[in-house]
Amino acid sequence: MNLKMFGTAVLASSLVVVSGGCKSEPSDTGAANTATVNITGAGSTFGYPIYSKWFSEYDAAHPGVQMNYQSIGSGGGIRQVSEKVVDFGASDGPMTDQQLAQSKVKLIHIPTVMGADVLTYNLPGVTTDLNFAPDVIADIYLGHIKKWNDPRIAKDNPGVKLPAKEILPVYRSDGSGTTYVFTDFLSKVSPEFASKVGKSTSVRWPGGIGQKGNEGVSGMIRNSPYSFGYVELVYAVQNKMLYGQVRNAAGKWIKPSTESVTAAAAAASKDMPADYRVSITNAAGADSYPISSFTWLLIPVPFSTPEKGKVMHDFLEWMLDHGEGEAASMTYAPLPEPVIARVRQTINEVH
Amino acid sequence: MNEPKTVPVDRPQMQKVVVPQERAVPTERTVETAATPAGLSVVRSFLLAKSSGRYADGAFASLMVVCALSVFAIVLLIVFVLISKSMPSIHQFGWRFFETRTWDPVSGQFGALPFIYGTVVSSLLAVLIAVPLALAVSIFLLDICPRFLRGPISFLTELLAAIPSVVYGLWGVFVLVPIIRDQVGPVLEKYLGWTGFFAEPNFGVSMFSAGVILAIMIFPVISSISRDVMRAVPVNQREAVLALGATRWEMLRIGVLRNSRMGIVGSVILGLGRALGETMAVTMVIGNHPDILKNLLAPGYTLASVIANEFTEATGDLYLSALIEIGLALFLVTIVVNAIARLLVWAVMRGNTARAH
Repeated sequence: MNLKMFGTAVLASSLVVVSGGCKSEPSDTGAANTATVNITGAGSTFGYPIYSKWFSEYDAAHPGVQMNYQSIGSGGGIRQVSEKVVDFGASDGPMTDQQLAQSKVKLIHIPTVMGADVLTYNLPGVTTDLNFAPDVIADIYLGHIKKWNDPRIAKDNPGVKLPAKEILPVYRSDGSGTTYVFTDFLSKVSPEFASKVGKSTSVRWPGGIGQKGNEGVSGMIRNSPYSFGYVELVYAVQNKMLYGQVRNAAGKWIKPSTESVTAAAAAASKDMPADYRVSITNAAGADSYPISSFTWLLIPVPFSTPEKGKVMHDFLEWMLDHGEGEAASMTYAPLPEPVIARVRQTINEVH
Repeated sequence: MNEPKTVPVDRPQMQKVVVPQERAVPTERTVETAATPAGLSVVRSFLLAKSSGRYADGAFASLMVVCALSVFAIVLLIVFVLISKSMPSIHQFGWRFFETRTWDPVSGQFGALPFIYGTVVSSLLAVLIAVPLALAVSIFLLDICPRFLRGPISFLTELLAAIPSVVYGLWGVFVLVPIIRDQVGPVLEKYLGWTGFFAEPNFGVSMFSAGVILAIMIFPVISSISRDVMRAVPVNQREAVLALGATRWEMLRIGVLRNSRMGIVGSVILGLGRALGETMAVTMVIGNHPDILKNLLAPGYTLASVIANEFTEATGDLYLSALIEIGLALFLVTIVVNAIARLLVWAVMRGNTARAH
């Protein structure tokens, strides 16, 4: 009797769960009158703030469309879209040829906005923006430049009184697109960095200290005198952090900003490959900030269903027409005109 | 629904029993209830009349067996998944995975040794710091503490256990790390520098900070369990020791600590288990640099931290499977450390009982 009652209770509760699970979808569509198109995406945490703004604005303007985005990280986004778990992915680094070959669906890259890594530091007594040459940054992380008053740092910062203290390099301990862009840049400017460390979302740093997330790195730097590290431009601007200028490929000292990042993309757009898988670090052009990068949406072609494909295509058009204009206010660099023109052609493939 | 069938069987027996018992009530009720194997006691028959005990017993027993066996099922499933998912890495590196120091996602070289070292050292450090502290607190609360302080102290100890680890991590970053960098570190370097365990450079985020924060996290577990164990020692044991002329410390040592050592060791093992698996707070203060250094003021890395840090962005089958094999390594480390702890307990127990005789 007791066992039976127990069994009935379990059965009843599981029925409730099952029916509850089933019910939610039909009732949602019923409420919307026309069938709601649900599109799910996952990936990049860097793009998350602007994507969620875009998607919620787009949903509000288009009844019957529901776009969901989960910021699980670029690696997870690539995995899930390749396995068809989600309708589209998003990544801060382009997929490799091997990843594209292993994917279960054909994927195209659509650049959305751009971001940059800035160099931030904690030097008690120094409130001016410091200048960092690319080779100096690489050698700090390689452990060749150990002290703040190293002649190579001092040479680029005349008039600044640099302390004779040891530099504490801070890096991202979690795998991140931020690290990918940073190591991509250092690998381009330093052959030694390319061979010893290389570029990836996480690498084997020769020295220094790892912290999790932009907030971990910036917290560490704010707390530790004489530390040095890289965070995303968005993060540094929103938190009013001190960050330095970097010498670009043209030999000019450039302060990171949405304009200088867009300039880098414009400079790189001339020889951009058809699939947009391009690194714009250390780009040519007098006004280009050198540690810049695109972030991409990964769109399957053909899309999961034609119905969803049409919505995705419409969204991408909306993004180019309206979305890009909102980027700068959120400290993302918008795509330059020539790139927008090309993306407009590419999205015709999305259906 | 089954009751009608069972009742006719039970009822005649019940009636037979009830009658003689009613007669015997004034004199020998207790004796009879305990000593009638053929008949049923009052309590028994009362229970039988109330419910179908036979089925309830059966159901209860089988439910308990299922619950107990589910532990096996869960552990086996975990091991199975860990091994099957880490197969590419096991094939590629074999035993070398546990011996090499390189962790390089770019070139696809993966070795777990620095992480194993970091996990073991930070946890041992935590136990080393937490055990004396926890035992002192529990002895104090048990015997020395004035009554008005007992409530607040034990409440705060239990509160420490309830704080989420990310809050410990934040506190570690903003309070503990600067203290270790500016105050504790230099003192340790000055007086214990000769051991080689405390040396420059000291940036605050370090193996030592991880050990301290873990110690604070496992301290309430060890303290509250060992206090309960000590409290369970009968009062007359202690009074007997005191009556023989022992001082308070001797009474605590002989009367309380020796009798409760098994439970104390159990609490330490529980604390150690928490320390080995702790992720969030550790990753925020340990520096996340895979290296094997004698200097405790240098950064380190633990098994749990590297999984938490790199799993979301790991691309490529080998990288992913290496991270899962790290999980397997953590599982093995936990088993080995626990086994060693139990072995130690066993050895100590044997020695102690021998001495007592």
